[in-house]
Amino acid sequence: MPASPALSRQPWLPKRWRSTGSRLEALVAPTPAPAPVPSERILHVEDLGVRFVSRDGDVSILNGVTFSLDRGEVLCLLGESGSGKSVTLRTLLGILPPTARVSGRMDVDGQNLVGASESELRRVRGSKIAMIFQEPATALDPVFTIGHQIGETLVEHKGLSWADARARALQLLELVQIPSARQRLDAYPHELSGGLKQRAMIALALSCDPKLLLADEPTTALDATVQIQVLLLLRELQRELGMATVFVTHDLGVACEIADRVGVMYAGRLVEGADVAAIIKDPLHPYTQALMRSTVQAGMRGKVLDAIPGSPPDLAMLPPGCSFAPRCRHARAHCLAVAPDLIRLPGAGAGHSQRDMRCHIHGDEEAYRVSAPVTA
Amino acid sequence: MLFYVIRRLLYAVPITIGVTIVCFSLIHLAPGDPLSTVLPDNASPEVAAQIRAAYGFDKPLPIQYLVWLGNVAQGDFGVSVQSRRPVLGDVLPAVRNTMILAFAAVLLGFSFGILAGAVAGHVEGSLLDKAVTAFAITGVSVPHYWLGLVLVVVFAVNLGMLPAMGMGPGGQSGFTIDWAHLKHLILPAITLAVIPAGIIARSVRATVAEVRKREFVSALRAKGMPRPRIFLHVAKNAAPVVLAVSGLQFAQLLGGSILVEMVFSWPGTGFLMNSAIFTRDLPVLQGTILVLSLFFVLINLIVDVLQVVFDPRIKRA
Repeated sequence: MPASPALSRQPWLPKRWRSTGSRLEALVAPTPAPAPVPSERILHVEDLGVRFVSRDGDVSILNGVTFSLDRGEVLCLLGESGSGKSVTLRTLLGILPPTARVSGRMDVDGQNLVGASESELRRVRGSKIAMIFQEPATALDPVFTIGHQIGETLVEHKGLSWADARARALQLLELVQIPSARQRLDAYPHELSGGLKQRAMIALALSCDPKLLLADEPTTALDATVQIQVLLLLRELQRELGMATVFVTHDLGVACEIADRVGVMYAGRLVEGADVAAIIKDPLHPYTQALMRSTVQAGMRGKVLDAIPGSPPDLAMLPPGCSFAPRCRHARAHCLAVAPDLIRLPGAGAGHSQRDMRCHIHGDEEAYRVSAPVTA
Repeated sequence: MLFYVIRRLLYAVPITIGVTIVCFSLIHLAPGDPLSTVLPDNASPEVAAQIRAAYGFDKPLPIQYLVWLGNVAQGDFGVSVQSRRPVLGDVLPAVRNTMILAFAAVLLGFSFGILAGAVAGHVEGSLLDKAVTAFAITGVSVPHYWLGLVLVVVFAVNLGMLPAMGMGPGGQSGFTIDWAHLKHLILPAITLAVIPAGIIARSVRATVAEVRKREFVSALRAKGMPRPRIFLHVAKNAAPVVLAVSGLQFAQLLGGSILVEMVFSWPGTGFLMNSAIFTRDLPVLQGTILVLSLFFVLINLIVDVLQVVFDPRIKRA
């Protein structure tokens, strides 16, 4: 695929980023969406659950995760470490350890992958679904060249000859704007900088034109300046190729930069899901609100950061009620006893206006309203 | 690559010089005069001094060393005190015989060790893995001369299937590849292979299990690679470690085993050294040790070069 004019401009001049001021500001006035394409459901996840079963016990890692994604849409999964973001991605690819038990449903391009055979999964992985890993330094095999690692994917999925695969790999390296791509084709991962390695990883992920791109904190391991370059590149490529993308991050700023919708995860549950602008302007779930308060933003010098008290719960010993209740300032006795169901709130604007929520405050249960507040 | 090989070759030079110095010193470290076994007990001091001068033992040690080194470089390892023949004539056939045995043991031990280790690494924690580990530990722990004796008792004495000693029919020491000669090879080769097989199985298992846990294996699965391809990646990553361990084991096997060669009367370097020690035949001992040490240096060199073929990162170190 030829590089578009938009792609061929130098990405390391973050003009767009500068002109919009802070990342949060950019979000409130988001860049206009590309020309509307007929919406096409790429991913539908329904009541997804993952348990790790071993002799020592049975730990529930994911619980009732439900979301869906159309072609060209970007969903950011946001949350603390251990909230189940990365596990969600690995579940979608079916690359969990053998002790994992998956329940629920996940349709990728119309095919339910829960319970699919290993050979079915293998055909889907890399071709329909591709993943960008957090640490390119460890996710690339150190003893094979970049060209070989991209090429073998093409040989496997597209049935290309090695010579054709090499030519295509070169195009891909050029697509992700790796300078002197021809030499890099024969370079080993340790001969590339962190940013270039991650670009190579992106090229690898894009090699078979996936419909669904999974990105697991792809900029976390990079230098701050390189982070923005890679993020902008990813956003451009994602728009260009129209991939549905699930982007995992714990960085609110990154989420603002790239997301159409945001899903906030806590202790293996999706606690709030909504359009990115709605989440930023008007976070409804107490955990989302707390997350916003504890984030450093421009112009906050001198103000006191409001950190979330306590730490995420041990997944092996989840409280019976809402798992955030012990840290929540709005918690009532009912919250500690009964886990909130998923509720769907009508939104204000057009498009993806509705909002998914797991919180008693926004529910209409009588039991919550009459129960006594808990003071921490 | 060529540059790396040349650099590695240059590293080998001081090592080789060190080896020759140690070999040379052996004669002078050993208790008693090197000539005491040659001289008759009643030799007068004058005669002794004369013979010392004839052998060059009256000169300062550094001069003696240089003279000896010059001779060695021309292939003159001195003359055996016992047989009065040139040392090299005794050492080379022994080295050849030990090599035959070592190659057979390598073929057996390495193929078993690598196979068992790779399988165990892939099924880490399973019953099969534990069986391989148990076998490997047993293999390393059993004294191999004892194992050799047991094999002789069972297969040669009781069952009469295989010969107990020697290299070929009628005690001959030539070697051709036919059943009559291979028969003599089986028991000593098995005996020698057990320890390397155990050590290699252990290290291959550990390496494969460790490599399989690395993130890039997840990434390979994530891009839909079939199992054989993933195995290829794991194997290439594990290769440098396996190569290093195997190289050491191979060099050790080439050194010959005094005990096993004695048990099976295999006329190799171990056998030769054993008789040289008992007869205080220092030139033979010195020559054998020197030749074997040089093999050690050579094999390490080959292993170092081969490792770079598998892992390009080593080149920079």
